[in-house]
Amino acid sequence: MKVLVPVKRVIDYNVKVRVKADGSGVDLANVKMSMNPFDEIAVEEAIRLKEAGKADEVVAVSIGVKQAQETLRTALAMGADRAILVIAADDVHQDIEPLAVAKILAKVVEEEQPGIVLAGKQAIDNDMNATGQMLSALLGWSQGTFASELDIEGDAAKITREVDGGLQTISVKMPTIVTVDLRLNEPRYASLPNIMKAKKKPLDEKTAADYGVDVTPRLEVVKTEEPPARAAGIIVGSVDELVEKLKEAGAV
Amino acid sequence: MAKNMNGSGPGLGPFDWADAFRIEDQLDQDERMLRDAAHGFAQDRLQPRVMKAYSEESADPGVFREMGEAGLLGVTIPEEYGGLGASYVTYGLIAREIERVDSGYRSMMSVQSSLVMYPIYAYGSEEQRKKYLPKLVSGEYIGCFGLTEPDAGSDPAGMKTTARKTAEGYVLNGSKMWISNSPFADVFVVWAKSEAHGGKIRGFVLEKGMPGLSAPKISGKLSLRASTTGEIVMKDVAVGEDALLPGVEGLKGPFGCLNRARYGIAWGVLGAAEFCFHAARQYGLDRKQFNKPLAQTQLFQKKLADMQTDISIGLQAALRVGRLLDESCAAPETISLIKRNNCGKALEIARHARDMHGGNGISEEFHVIRHMLNLETVNTYEGTHDVHALILGRAITGLQAFY
Repeated sequence: MKVLVPVKRVIDYNVKVRVKADGSGVDLANVKMSMNPFDEIAVEEAIRLKEAGKADEVVAVSIGVKQAQETLRTALAMGADRAILVIAADDVHQDIEPLAVAKILAKVVEEEQPGIVLAGKQAIDNDMNATGQMLSALLGWSQGTFASELDIEGDAAKITREVDGGLQTISVKMPTIVTVDLRLNEPRYASLPNIMKAKKKPLDEKTAADYGVDVTPRLEVVKTEEPPARAAGIIVGSVDELVEKLKEAGAV
Repeated sequence: MAKNMNGSGPGLGPFDWADAFRIEDQLDQDERMLRDAAHGFAQDRLQPRVMKAYSEESADPGVFREMGEAGLLGVTIPEEYGGLGASYVTYGLIAREIERVDSGYRSMMSVQSSLVMYPIYAYGSEEQRKKYLPKLVSGEYIGCFGLTEPDAGSDPAGMKTTARKTAEGYVLNGSKMWISNSPFADVFVVWAKSEAHGGKIRGFVLEKGMPGLSAPKISGKLSLRASTTGEIVMKDVAVGEDALLPGVEGLKGPFGCLNRARYGIAWGVLGAAEFCFHAARQYGLDRKQFNKPLAQTQLFQKKLADMQTDISIGLQAALRVGRLLDESCAAPETISLIKRNNCGKALEIARHARDMHGGNGISEEFHVIRHMLNLETVNTYEGTHDVHALILGRAITGLQAFY
């Protein structure tokens, strides 16, 4: 079985995000970028499936700017066998929307015929949480989202999902699309020798046009702003005063 | 042509306080990825154990295995001997990430890579390379380097260790002092005056367990406590002809190794300095006295500005020397310059950071005093600050002033 893992290049989770002066988005010039952490978990899970003998090939795919090949190199260094880069933008500030990504992925799935697509549940930059679900709809495949456990037996996948207030376990028919949550695994660090070896693994370059997909944004960003600074608190002198203040604030 | 010409000269860019010269842009993709992997290893595997190792003065030999598995040993050694085959710039970047945690861990790595693997690779026979390098890369073997003696420090030519020719090979006698890793080393690269070679200094590879070879630990160090230091004592240690490093004669043998190690140190100490700078900045932002953050005072900001300046210039210099090394044209004097400058500046930065932390600065919890104490050693070993000044002074004037 082949595993397809879509990975996205996003602003590094350690970076303090700055909004561009004109409010059109987040400043990404000269900012550290990394693989979306949820996608790292998906790559790790794919490699574990291979190590457990349940998969025989792990293919990573990234859709975005040319620099996303660094993200794919990370996936290759972790243990993916080969990578596909679909160049869909020149400007690092252009985000490819989930529907366009899902359409391209659907074409890649047609070509590659994977038994499972393992994706991060969402990207930490725009938190859309939509690509996996859209891909499922486009392909007419089953889906299991927010996976915290995954077990593949024959032509069914048992998926434990993190839902509000607890866990839900479902069984879906293969081939399937699984979007992974934080607790599924702890991704490995690529060792330095594997980073060097990853340079020799195949990385195919394509463009969105090769797949005939129009990536023009369908959404318009009206405004981007920083979260408001937290206002200073006050120290109350007594329980009575606390109750008084809570009443004033309409909290009790 | 500069971008963004606006009629009044080139446009200006944003300033990153933590990377003033945009070192990041000057690294290639491999270098950044390898650096990030080393950073992850150092923070996940070394940082959690450093306080205990330091306070108990107990180096864990298992660290070598872990470093080996992560691929941190033998960065510049070619792949055919198990190494990474990466650049000297990469080696420097890795040293910086390890020393961001502790100079002792970086010392363990530098000795293994530059002082043990490098001479075996550069001066050794093909048999010696095949026998030792892969196991040193994996950390299965731990190596040490014996040059300094109780009475021969800055003046290594004054060494007393001798190698006497015998029918089967050589017999070594003498003692070495301040040898990192020696108490648990499997492989000893030892330099001795060889009678059969006209009294010239030659290198020998010794192995643990050879009769007459011992390596007692030096205890009571108040610096570099997370790495182990010892002596090497050789009493009629008999070795075969195959223990001799055939490719080099004279002091240029050990100096060839030291040049590479000193280059790594010049990067490494800046990792420690960056830790101290970042810690002092954060402490100054968090700590309020007289109703304002310490970082909002002129004295504090002046110290931060000095730290930032020295680190930025030091990193840019180290990167330049790394590129020269990768192009095979770095001069030993250039390496002396950055070893001397960066060690001295890092030590000063650590002392200031300790001071800026106030009373908290003496606690192990804040780490700055540990870096400060470590850097006292790093400023001294592999050529003291003053000895490197003499190397530069000789190059400037043409007059040696060592003796």
